Amino acid sequence: MATVELKDVRKVYGGKVEAVKGVSIDIPDGQMCVLVGPSGCGKSTLLRMIAGLEEITDGTVSIGGQVVNTFGPAERDIAMVFQNYALYPHMKVYDNMAYGLRNRGTPKDEIDRRVREAAGILGLEDFLERKPRELSGGQRQRVAMGRAIVRKPKAFLFDEPLSNLDAKLRGQMRIEIKSLQRSLGVTSVYVTHDQVEAMTLADTLVVMNSGVAEQIDTPLAIYEKPASVFVAGFIGSPAMNLLAGEIAENGRGVKLVGGAYLKPRDTVLPEVGRSVLLGVRPEHLTLVSDANNADFQLKVTTVETLGADTLAHGHPVDGDPKSSELIVRLSGDVQVRHGDVLPLAIDAGKAHMFDAGTGKRI
Amino acid sequence: MADAASTKTRAEVFGRREQGGMLGISKSSRYVAHAILILGVLIVAFPIYYTFTASTHSLQTILRPPLPLTPGDHFFKNYYDAIFGGVGRIGGVSVDLLLFNTTVMALGIAVGKILISILSAFAIVFFRFPGRMLFFWLIFITLMLPVEVRILPTYKVMVDLNLIDTYAGLVLPLIASATATLLFRQFFMTIPGELLEAARVDGAGPWRFFKDILMPLSKTNIAALFVIMFIYGWTQYLWPLLVTNRNDMNTIVIALRKMISFADADTQWHLVMVTSILAILPPVLVVVFMQRWFVKGLVETEK
Ligand SMILES: Nc1ncnc2c1ncn2[C@@H]1O[C@H](COP(=O)(O)OP(=O)(O)OP(=O)(O)O)[C@@H](O)[C@H]1O
Ligand SMILES: [Mg+2]
Repeated sequence: MATVELKDVRKVYGGKVEAVKGVSIDIPDGQMCVLVGPSGCGKSTLLRMIAGLEEITDGTVSIGGQVVNTFGPAERDIAMVFQNYALYPHMKVYDNMAYGLRNRGTPKDEIDRRVREAAGILGLEDFLERKPRELSGGQRQRVAMGRAIVRKPKAFLFDEPLSNLDAKLRGQMRIEIKSLQRSLGVTSVYVTHDQVEAMTLADTLVVMNSGVAEQIDTPLAIYEKPASVFVAGFIGSPAMNLLAGEIAENGRGVKLVGGAYLKPRDTVLPEVGRSVLLGVRPEHLTLVSDANNADFQLKVTTVETLGADTLAHGHPVDGDPKSSELIVRLSGDVQVRHGDVLPLAIDAGKAHMFDAGTGKRI
Repeated sequence: MADAASTKTRAEVFGRREQGGMLGISKSSRYVAHAILILGVLIVAFPIYYTFTASTHSLQTILRPPLPLTPGDHFFKNYYDAIFGGVGRIGGVSVDLLLFNTTVMALGIAVGKILISILSAFAIVFFRFPGRMLFFWLIFITLMLPVEVRILPTYKVMVDLNLIDTYAGLVLPLIASATATLLFRQFFMTIPGELLEAARVDGAGPWRFFKDILMPLSKTNIAALFVIMFIYGWTQYLWPLLVTNRNDMNTIVIALRKMISFADADTQWHLVMVTSILAILPPVLVVVFMQRWFVKGLVETEK
């Protein structure tokens, strides 16, 4: 067990492609850090640099207070769970788990004890004599986890370990990984592009965008105060509504590009005339009974009925249908139809302002 | 559910096959097909059977045509004479020594080719070193240089190294194999990078990775190559003819040729027949034995 610290870590491939552009993260002992971001943003590259599978162009990686830049993967004492499990196809489950320990010269009875202990935790006792191809995807995933556990490493590294499982199993394994990581107390770095995984697993969430860590914070803080337009749009489903506009004369709020005015309550507005993006999550728009209390009227164009929720797509009645498109999350028992006009209020203090130029939070 | 569905389809396929298979082949045409196949087998097998028959008759019977179609009563005598007695025309060398020589050569070539090619493929696929592609192409173009093409310089090198009439001289010049190297290279390239990385995280260095992971995964390839290369080595003619002068260093194929004199009466045909049978036996055994491995490897695909 150990802390993992990254300081200004950069990766340049072949002198040209800058895949990671200076990322610094501190992961306290026993915590789980999740790297999330769109495909190609450099998550795997960063993880592989921590693992020692990729050379670090610049900056330092420390594990347990020791700089490990020059260490090979084995010397760093980390364990990794791969996307496609990477089990040794010709070895039995038992040997798959034991291999790393054997290479380290662990005594035979100690290996046996640890493998059986891990198998017990993961419910693999009955499969120890099988080959990986005789297992289901979920069981293979467990073996890959077992291979990591038996080593009792300083840190676990996960690279999209659940992306090959079906939705239901993924949900199950997600909870299992979380409780396992908690109970073992091993510092972990977890890469995913699934935001539900990211939100539920993370102690610290890192949202990455084209090689840069856009925001590093707890999942809730990131949800409540996204630092940039990118983070705002990436975290949350359906995505946050982002409406372009500029700050209107005193008291009128934001003048949207399409023409409508929106005045969010309990929100400090920047100076008049500044171009902004107004962000409101679909769940922070409330249907009000009295049209006088409404901040704006939404003309509904599409309705998605999900059961528990109903998503209404539309635009302000006096706004432009293209540029001011919005999604509202309504309770499932509200009856809405295409063409309805809904009086909506923005929940107090739940509006976000971003600078239109830099995309940063104001 | 998906399983039940696929089982059903399989049953249906088998059901239809009972009535002539999916191509709709009728019963009578299946008889014709089988008849043709059996005829083919007979055509291939008959000369071998006839050789065997000849090897069980005395020289007198063989020289007095027609040769009977059924085996005679000289089986033990002929085989004993050939294996332990020695054959006059090749300096009294007995066939067991020839078998030994040929086995050494064929095994040496097969094992050597596999070892060298698997190691060079390992280097080319998994290591980044200067001139990697150059070496790859150098190996690749040797495909255009079989023994027959480079026979004179090779012979000169063997003479200079004093390797005439030695096992090393028989084996070494034939031991490199571009084909096998390419085959292993192709196979290694299909091994997922994650597997290599998992092994590195597990603390396996290059040698452990090779021994614990690559070799076991290559089992099937090795078995296939071994069969092909063993037979290649066993049937070599030109090179052993050049590099061996002493009768006791001959391979069985060379000796067989030497046993046959131009004058029919001079040739001990019954021993020639025995030697022929003994010459084809080891390759056949290798194929039969390794075939089980083949099938096993094909059925339980690793990776
Ligand atoms: N070996 C390489 N050589 C050159 N460029 C590379 C190499 N590996 C990755 N890259 C580039 O680095 C960037 C980051 O890649 P990386 O694999 O880290 O993305 P990722 O965030 O893990 O994406 P995904 O979610 O699709 O796995 C990509 O633009 C990719 O093209
Ligand atoms: Mg990736």
